[in-house]
Amino acid sequence: MLERHGAHCAPQSPGRRLFLRRSSEMAFAAAVAIGSGGALINATEAWGLEVKGLKPETMKTLILMSRDIYPHDRIPDRNYAIAAKPFDEKAAADPKQKAMFENGVAELDMLAGPGGYVGLGWEADRVAVLHKISDTPMFEAVRSTLVVSLYNQKEIWPIFGYEGESFSKGGYIHRGFNDLDWL
Amino acid sequence: MAAKFDFNDDNVVVIIGSGAGGGTVGNELAQKGVNVVVLEAGKRYDITDFINDEWASFAQLAWTDARTTSGTWRVAKNFPNLPAWIVKAVGGTSIHWAGASLRLQAHELKALTTYGHVAGANLLDWPLTLEELEPYYARAEDKMGVTRTNGIPGLPGNNNFKVFHAGAEKIGYKDCDTGHMAINSQPRDDRNACQQTGFCFQGCKWGAKWSTLYTEIPKGEKTGHMEVRSESRVLRIEHDDDGKVKAVVYVDKDGNHQRQKARVVCVAGNSIESPRILLNSASSKFPDGLANSSGQVGRNYMRHTTGSVYAVFEKPVHMYRGTTMAGVIRDEARHDPSRGFVGGYEFETLSLGIPFMAAFLDPGAWGRSFTSAMDDYPNMAGLWIVGEDMPQETNRVTLSATVKDAFGLPVADVHFDDHPNDVAMRNHAYAQGTRLYDAVGAIRTLPTPPYPSTHNLGTNRMSEKPRDGVVNKWGQSHDIKNLFVSDGSQFTTGGAENPTLTIVTLAIRQAEYIASQMTARAI
Repeated sequence: MLERHGAHCAPQSPGRRLFLRRSSEMAFAAAVAIGSGGALINATEAWGLEVKGLKPETMKTLILMSRDIYPHDRIPDRNYAIAAKPFDEKAAADPKQKAMFENGVAELDMLAGPGGYVGLGWEADRVAVLHKISDTPMFEAVRSTLVVSLYNQKEIWPIFGYEGESFSKGGYIHRGFNDLDWL
Repeated sequence: MAAKFDFNDDNVVVIIGSGAGGGTVGNELAQKGVNVVVLEAGKRYDITDFINDEWASFAQLAWTDARTTSGTWRVAKNFPNLPAWIVKAVGGTSIHWAGASLRLQAHELKALTTYGHVAGANLLDWPLTLEELEPYYARAEDKMGVTRTNGIPGLPGNNNFKVFHAGAEKIGYKDCDTGHMAINSQPRDDRNACQQTGFCFQGCKWGAKWSTLYTEIPKGEKTGHMEVRSESRVLRIEHDDDGKVKAVVYVDKDGNHQRQKARVVCVAGNSIESPRILLNSASSKFPDGLANSSGQVGRNYMRHTTGSVYAVFEKPVHMYRGTTMAGVIRDEARHDPSRGFVGGYEFETLSLGIPFMAAFLDPGAWGRSFTSAMDDYPNMAGLWIVGEDMPQETNRVTLSATVKDAFGLPVADVHFDDHPNDVAMRNHAYAQGTRLYDAVGAIRTLPTPPYPSTHNLGTNRMSEKPRDGVVNKWGQSHDIKNLFVSDGSQFTTGGAENPTLTIVTLAIRQAEYIASQMTARAI
């Protein structure tokens, strides 16, 4: 059974545009700098990430790869950096994991050509590269980790209009469980 | 006051598992004054421990001990070590279930007679009729407080139900309501009414949804005839020289091996673990495992033909608010081979939160097609398909040749291939579900593959003749008179209905039989 699309797309629900929009499509390579000591720094979003197991350049690439796998334009880079942290932690704990990520990113850079993966300005070009490695264990390790490490961040749930825990608020019996009025 | 029985007390009934089957048969026996020891592999939680958070709750409750999978089902590819989404805790999967409580239909209990021979399917009639079950269904519905029975009003419909109901009406369905649910629509049996909290799958923190954890088990303990030993992992069942079972060997919460003598043993560990225990109990007298002279132990594994349809609308739905399974359509539950398949299916509303939607909407998918659907989450409605799947001998729980558990015993491998009838039914249901949502203005519909199985059935099936199955119409082993199966693994066929009500019904009936057989000294 194929997914079916209508002729038009769903408009944004109210409030979504209030969330911080990430830096522009072209800016990732410049927005995330590698500081002294090897930390990744994003001045615009005001966050830094210490890298322990991987090369900082590798981690930077994995963060962009994470966004390209699960692209949500309203989610800032910061949350992709948080989502990618397990890769660095696994690399720090296990030389085999480290080799898998380092070699995987080296392959990505090689396939991307001069300037490497983060040098490709358009998502479509990077995704074309990802498709070439999408059956590798490294890609699947990244994707299967991300599907939890990204979407399980409570901080981003409001972006999806998901309200999370409700018991402490008495459930929805008085908070809109049946407030739909457009039918 | 909960009882405490001696390991050498050989007059107790030992029940393995404390879910809908084990918890119920245990309480029913205890109420009759029969002494029971319930061995539960999982921990004992209180409802205040339950967590409104999908992954955290999963880590708390789910059975994640090693299992392997094989076969062409997509679960084997996407979740190779998680064939089933069931619970390891006192109360078992009655903590996780959604509450839908529908009776099997008369013709479903006569599947072979009704459907005829279906190539590749190992169909059989149940050795039971609906008439025989009806009085016990009535008792189960009263026990569980099923809405729309016993004068209990239906639950109010949430937003997800409103969309579902409007779509059902538009495409001409007649049988759509908020279901027969074992969720209190008003306070009953010292339990709260539903507060429309959502998170039904994560354990009901109000206790509004029936679970053995806070109904059957404390009631049984109060009689002084029931002892529940949590974190007790059964290794094998032992038998005497006459071939009667006599003891259950398990590892207790401190890691010590224990041996509880037994007059009767009831196996209720759900349809993967129950056959595994019987197979792991093989002996020189029973080299193929206990109760397995037919060779049917572990075979005919069924999981219901499932799938979901999520649909995106122009305006918000907030489907996650309120009861997870908030409505049922039964129009397709009939047997009507003109649709291209035998048996039928139900539609039931369903919703997942963001974490599980990401994991289950299209497992393995990535890129903008996937994430744009996630972006539309607040405008999504969803339904679940639950239909009868064909029993096949080759769909099977076996002992892994390579993977062993922490105690050195082979883990279960779960092999499953869809039968062509299952595929035809699922495709019909996807098309109808899509029609339903299109009729109320869906701008995108997302046919979602089956999740890891919650309805695990058939691996110790009931049969009239010993050669066709594992247990008789009382759930009693054809081979070993004092060995019973008390969970969904005794189902001969799956029907189109969520199985818990029938598991409870069979458990009430089985307890009567066990007690009478004990009184008569037949066992």
